[in-house]
Amino acid sequence: MSKKDRMSGNEAVAYAIRQVNPDVMPAFPITPSTEIPQLVSTYIANGEMDTEFIPVESEHSSMSAAVGAEAAGARSMTATSSCGLAFMWEELLVAASNRLPIVLTLVNRTLSGPININCDHSDGMGARDTGWIQIYAENNQEAYDNYIQAFPIAEDKRVHLPVMVCQDGFITSHAVQNILLEDDKDVKEFVGEYHPEEFLLNPGKPVAVGPYAVSNYSMEAKYNQEAAMIRSREVIKEVAARFREKFGRGFDFFEEYRCEDADYIMLIMGSAAGTAKQAADDLRDKGMKVGVLKLRVFRPFPAEEIAAALSKCKAVAVMDRCESYNGHGGPLASEVPAALFMNKVYTEVVNYVYGLAGRDFTTETAAGIFEELEDVVENKKQVRQCTYVGLRSKEGQ
Amino acid sequence: MAGYNLKEVMNKPERLSAGHRMCAGCGATIGIRAVLRALHEGDHAVIGNATGCLEVSSFMYPYTAWEDSYIHNAFENAGATLSGVETAYRALKKRGRLPENENFKFITFGGDGGTYDIGFQSLSGAMERGHDMVYVCYDNGAYMNTGIQRSSATPQFADTTTTPVGKMSNGKVQTRKDLAAIIAEHHVPYVAQTTFTKDFKDIHIKSEKAIYTEGAAFLNVLAPCPRGWRYETSEIMKICQLAIDTCYWPMFEVDHGNWRLTYEPKKKLPIEDFLREQGRFKHLFKPGCEDLIAQFQEEVDRRWEDLLFRCSR
Amino acid sequence: MRTDISNINEQSPCEDLTEGLMIFAGGTSKQFKTGEWRVATPVFDKDKCKQCLLCAPVCPDGCIPVHDGRREDFDMDHCKGCGICEKACPFGAITMTS
Repeated sequence: MSKKDRMSGNEAVAYAIRQVNPDVMPAFPITPSTEIPQLVSTYIANGEMDTEFIPVESEHSSMSAAVGAEAAGARSMTATSSCGLAFMWEELLVAASNRLPIVLTLVNRTLSGPININCDHSDGMGARDTGWIQIYAENNQEAYDNYIQAFPIAEDKRVHLPVMVCQDGFITSHAVQNILLEDDKDVKEFVGEYHPEEFLLNPGKPVAVGPYAVSNYSMEAKYNQEAAMIRSREVIKEVAARFREKFGRGFDFFEEYRCEDADYIMLIMGSAAGTAKQAADDLRDKGMKVGVLKLRVFRPFPAEEIAAALSKCKAVAVMDRCESYNGHGGPLASEVPAALFMNKVYTEVVNYVYGLAGRDFTTETAAGIFEELEDVVENKKQVRQCTYVGLRSKEGQ
Repeated sequence: MAGYNLKEVMNKPERLSAGHRMCAGCGATIGIRAVLRALHEGDHAVIGNATGCLEVSSFMYPYTAWEDSYIHNAFENAGATLSGVETAYRALKKRGRLPENENFKFITFGGDGGTYDIGFQSLSGAMERGHDMVYVCYDNGAYMNTGIQRSSATPQFADTTTTPVGKMSNGKVQTRKDLAAIIAEHHVPYVAQTTFTKDFKDIHIKSEKAIYTEGAAFLNVLAPCPRGWRYETSEIMKICQLAIDTCYWPMFEVDHGNWRLTYEPKKKLPIEDFLREQGRFKHLFKPGCEDLIAQFQEEVDRRWEDLLFRCSR
Repeated sequence: MRTDISNINEQSPCEDLTEGLMIFAGGTSKQFKTGEWRVATPVFDKDKCKQCLLCAPVCPDGCIPVHDGRREDFDMDHCKGCGICEKACPFGAITMTS
C-alpha cells in the first residue's frame, strides 16, 4: 500500500536509500545534496538501516571507493552535486568502463565559476559522455521512483553500467511536496537482491580489474561498452513497465504532455517541465495547441523516439538549462536537431538557454516561448538561436 | 609472530607470477614478492594498485601477474579504492554473503608518485579512517613510469628529467619528504620503513606485522630503479645495503606509537658511498661540488639524529 | 565465466573480450615469456650450491623455483638476465654468461 506523505526531494531519495539499504555508501558533503548523506547517517545511527557508510575525504574518493566496493561485490552508491561531480569525472569513466552498476544520486547544481549553489544542469551535462545512464526527475516523486528503478537497470546482465539519477537542486531537493511512498517490503522486492557472478571477494576465484590494454583491445572494449548502453534501452523500458504495473506511475524515456495534436512543443528536462506544463494548460485554455515533451532519460539518448514524437508538430523549443560554451547552444540543442535530421524529420527547432545558476523560469516566460514559436511559423519571424531567456543586455535580444 | 626462517617462507607459492613486464632488475617486484610472502597460507587477499610501472606491467590485458584478486583504478586513488573494497568485505560479512571461514587481507601498492604526491590525500584519508588494510609504497624516488621525473620522494641533487643537471642546475633543489613519519603522525597502529637485506628478514617481519595488525598500516619500501638511478642491474643489493649503512634510508617501525630502530649500522658510512654508485649523482663528484655532498651529509645526519631521539623516548 | 586467456588475442572479435576487460582468473601472465628479453643468462652450478636460498628472494621475476626447501634450476621462460642472483650467491654457484 502506498502511503501519502510530504517531504523534500532529498528526504525522498534518502527514504528510498533506507528502503534499498545498499551495502556500501561512500559520500562527501556538497550543497545541495548534503542532506542525503546526513539523513542516511542518521538512519544508520538510529538502527533503521545498516549500510556501511564511508565518510571519505573528497568526492574523488567517494567514487573511487564506490568503484572498489562495487567490484568487490557490494551494491554501492553515492550522492553529490556540481563541483563534486566534476571532481569525480575521471572516476565516472572508470566506473562505466569497468562495467560496475553503481548508482549515483545527483542533485543538479551549476558548476563554478562564479561559485553559486543553485540549480542548472551543467554538472550532469558535463558528465554526459562518461558512459553513465542518466535519468532526470521533474519532482520529488520522480526522484524517489527513479532511484528505486536505478538498481534493476544498472545490475541487469544486459547492461552492467552505472546509473545517475538526477533532480534539480533546491527546486526539487529542498522544496516539500506531496509524495506517495511505497512499503519497504515492496521496494525491496522490486529492487531485488544483488548477487554478482564475479567479484573480488569470491574466495578461490580471483578477478583482476582495471588492466592496461593496447589499442587492439581498447577499441573493441569501448564498442562493447557502447553496446551495453544500447541494450540498456530495452531494460529501462522493461523496468519502467514493471514499476508502472506494481506502483501505477511513471514513464519510459519521456513524458508527452498534451503533445498528441500539438502544433508547438517544448522539449525540457527537470523541474522546469512543471512550469512548462502549466504554461501549456494556460495556452490550451486560450485555444493554442501546445504540449511539453519532458525528457526523462538523457543517456541513452532516445533519438528515434524523440524524432517520432516531434514529427507532427510545427515547431519545437529545445530548452537547455546549461551552456556548452561552444558558440552553438547547449547539449540538447546539439543532440535534438541531430536526432531529427538523422531520422529525416525536418521540424523547425529553436533553442533557448534558461535558468542558469538558479535563474527563475516562470509560466509567463514559457508561454512567451510558445508564442514566439508560433510567430516563427506563422509570420516567419527571424529568431536568434540559443537565446538566453531573461538575459539583461543592452542588445535587447 | 612466528620466528623467521628463509627456507620456510621461500617454500610458499608465489603470489606474483612471472611474465610481468617490469624491467630486468626492477626493485619494485622484489619488494612486492617479499611483502606477499608475509601473507599466511590459506588467507586470501585483494591487491590494490595505483597507476604506475607496476600496474601497466603486471596487468596488461589479458595477462595478470596476480594470483589474488586485483584492482587497479587510477593514479591518485589507491587508498580510497582499497578502502571501498575493505568496507565491502565488512558489509558482505555482516550480511552473511561471504563464507565465514574465509579470510581476506587488503594490500595496496603504489610508487612514490602515486603515494607521496598525487595520491597523498587519498592515502591520508584511508589511513585516518582506519580501514583494515596495508598501503605499501615502493619508493624509487621519482616518476619512473613516465620517464624519471622528480617527485617529493626524490633526494636532493638527483638528476631527473624535470630537475636536469646543467650549467645553472645541480639537480633537484629540495630534500625529500619524510612520508613514513607523516603517516606515523596519523597515529595508525603500524608504520614501518624498510628495504632489502641479505636474508629479507626485516621486510618480512614488518610486512607480516603490517598485514596482521588490525587497522590501517603503512610500509615504505626503498625499491631502487636501475634505469632511474643509473646503476648496473646486478648491484641492487649492494645499493640497498649502502642506503641503510649511510643512514640515508633508516630502518624503523612505529608500532602503536612506539618508535623503534630496527637496524643500526655498526659503522655509519659517509653518504658519498651511497651516492657514488648512482649515475643520477655523478655531477656531485666533479671538482668544486664538495660542498653539495657536505650539504647532503648534513641533512642525513640531522634526520638520523632526529630519528634516534624519537626512538629513544 | 572463468577466463581462459588462450582464447583471447589481439585479433579476437569484440564479442570474445571479457566484460570491462576484467580477467576472471589469476596468474595468467605466466603465458607471456619474458625470457625472450634476456641478453645475459645465469648458469646454475648444482654442485657449488649449498641451498642457502639467498638467491631466491632477490629475483624480481620469481624465476628461482623453490620446492621442499631446495632451489631448482632457473625458469628460463621468464628470466630476464638481470644478474642480481649471481651477486647474491656467496658460493659462486651462479655465473652470468652472454
